[in-house]
Amino acid sequence: MWRRALRAGLGVRGMATNKKKSPVPPKEVDGKTRFDLRPFDPFLIDSPTPYAYSDQSELLEYFRIMYRMRRMEIAADNLYKGQQIRGFCHLYDGQEAVAVGMDAVLTFEDPLITAYRNHCQMLSRGSNVKEILAELTGRYAGVSKGKGGSMHMYNRKNNYYGGNGIVGAQVPLGAGLAFALKYEKKANIAVTMFGDGAANQGQIAEAINMAVIWKLPILFVCENNQYGMGTSALRASATQDFYKRENYIPGLKMDGMDVLAVREGMKFAKEYAINSGPLYIEMDTYRYHGHSMSDPGVTYRSKDEINDIKKSRDPIDRVKERLIEQSWSTAEDLKAIEKEIKIEVDEAAAFSKVADAPPVETLYHHIYHETFPIRGTLLNNGTRVGFSST
Amino acid sequence: MLGKKRRRKLSSVPEAVTATKRMNLCAAVNDALRITLKKDDSSIVFGEDVAFGGVFRCTSELREQFGRNRVFNTPLSEQGIVGFAIGYAAMNCTAVAEIQFADYIYPAFDQIVNEAAKYRYRSGGMFNVGGLTIRAPCGAVGHGGHYHSQSPEAYFCHTPGLKVVMPRDPIRAKGLLLSSIRDPNPVIFFEPKILYRSVVAEVPVEDYTIPLETAEVVRPGKDVTLIGWGAQVNVLMETAQLAEAKGVSCEVIDLVSLLPWDAETVVESVKRTGKAIVSHEAPITNGFGAEVAATIQEHCFYNLEAPVRRICGFDTPFPLVHEKYYLPNKWRCVEAVFDLVAA
Repeated sequence: MWRRALRAGLGVRGMATNKKKSPVPPKEVDGKTRFDLRPFDPFLIDSPTPYAYSDQSELLEYFRIMYRMRRMEIAADNLYKGQQIRGFCHLYDGQEAVAVGMDAVLTFEDPLITAYRNHCQMLSRGSNVKEILAELTGRYAGVSKGKGGSMHMYNRKNNYYGGNGIVGAQVPLGAGLAFALKYEKKANIAVTMFGDGAANQGQIAEAINMAVIWKLPILFVCENNQYGMGTSALRASATQDFYKRENYIPGLKMDGMDVLAVREGMKFAKEYAINSGPLYIEMDTYRYHGHSMSDPGVTYRSKDEINDIKKSRDPIDRVKERLIEQSWSTAEDLKAIEKEIKIEVDEAAAFSKVADAPPVETLYHHIYHETFPIRGTLLNNGTRVGFSST
Repeated sequence: MLGKKRRRKLSSVPEAVTATKRMNLCAAVNDALRITLKKDDSSIVFGEDVAFGGVFRCTSELREQFGRNRVFNTPLSEQGIVGFAIGYAAMNCTAVAEIQFADYIYPAFDQIVNEAAKYRYRSGGMFNVGGLTIRAPCGAVGHGGHYHSQSPEAYFCHTPGLKVVMPRDPIRAKGLLLSSIRDPNPVIFFEPKILYRSVVAEVPVEDYTIPLETAEVVRPGKDVTLIGWGAQVNVLMETAQLAEAKGVSCEVIDLVSLLPWDAETVVESVKRTGKAIVSHEAPITNGFGAEVAATIQEHCFYNLEAPVRRICGFDTPFPLVHEKYYLPNKWRCVEAVFDLVAA
């Protein structure tokens, strides 16, 4: 009984036990070629079919964006090692397919909020490498005027609600974003991202509970990159099936190392969220770098493990292979694109080293809507105006 | 906040009041919320049990008038409530979230201090949650015990980006709540729950606001300056009366806003009187009174005729049966007044 009520309440279409084999779809449709994907793992819903149709221009575009992300993160790594970037910095290399596959489905009208590993989401929300690296080096030309740094990048125009330095804190915010969409009767969804480490935060459960009772158009996207900081999900989480973690929200796990799988999964998920409410997505992915720059990333996992994933599941190589298999590109074509992007990123990195620092008075700007005199600052911003000491 | 010279009025109630209605503080809050829901289409009011009026009945009948989509109950999850409110406010909407007791606000501390307060700063001004107001009943109520009596304002006054406001009566409650909701910054609005039903006033029925960040001289005087906020202002008024009977003239200042706070009014007063007492219910150590005392010391040192005194709650958990000893009541305050005058 409860299960029926649950299914009625969630608008769930059917249980995952539906094992009926669907016929293999045609090889070509509308000039696009079929690619086989790793099957999806659904929970409390039907699964999308494990196929995607794509063509040369799409794959080349995905390749370009993912390679740009990869180069940007490598540039950030170098800038950090050269002490141009200070403080905290979390790199996304290895997980590019998640950002790009999601972006292929979402529009800028779908609000997105994520955690601290956010440089690539910023890129996919209409920013460029130059502004992002300049933010990392704390320059006024950066996306947040140099005031945010690595974890705090935003794009108001394109509904990117940013990176967030506090583990899990962005998830209930996502529920609020979704509520606003529902309140304004918009046919869009909110997407709130977090990692497998943050999945253990209590506020994720709070937010999911609210989203389900209010049937909000939201996707809770867990990027399971296998490690929450330096602790493997195996040690930190009582279950490895993040997408099944809450038994009252349907889930969908997908290959987060394959841009086409992410794209197809997200197409399905977006439609589901608009029509039926929240969905818990698990992206099965992997980060190559350590958690942050202070983590070499090899004390809690072996170099072999990282190299194996790089060899067998790298998201960029995956697209490259498909392009070459289909004779849509040659290895030389792709090399040429890589070279072109490398130059673009190198120029951006050079700019980020020499761009102007934010004016010193921005220290006390953007605290309140008004520009109050801020107490305690050494600069004469009005602290002592109005009365004098005796 | 120590800003331009302002001509201070004794009262900030609208001058040309057309009509008033007898309201207690609870009804005044309700009235402010009703005006908000009526005038601002994006505004929503939510929290634990608010749909049927809330535990203190401050949101009574709002759901009937404005519908279940705008006035609704949340699960009992404060961190989630505030996070949700921040997300909604970040979409340029007006969110009025209720935390049922200020004592329950701590699970949401991270969301308030790290998310709401810093959204504007960390995005270089791109985003803000100016539409966010968090209402929370605070303070002693006679029998509340450890977890239904606290005054946590000082924790939040340590956070640039927030505004913290506390009214002392129904007239201020309505005007200040409307100001807080319309203020383009996130505001925490603490409502001294002892006043919900115990204080009744003729409250203007019209829509009016009272400026934040502006302290109010509630009672002029020349010998000692008494500084407080919220329900404690009423205690200080009684203290002033007791002192007056003995020929000591006290000036009473209601800070109104604790962050940012109006140091100018306080300094101006203490320079005149040469003596100051700060009083609050929260424990004395690191209470907001410490900030006020330090500022007075810095700016009025050569005018002071006696040490600045703090008459506050003790450094104990908020007691149940010993509440009457814990509270900085008028007897403790007036004793301090006479001490200072004798000094």
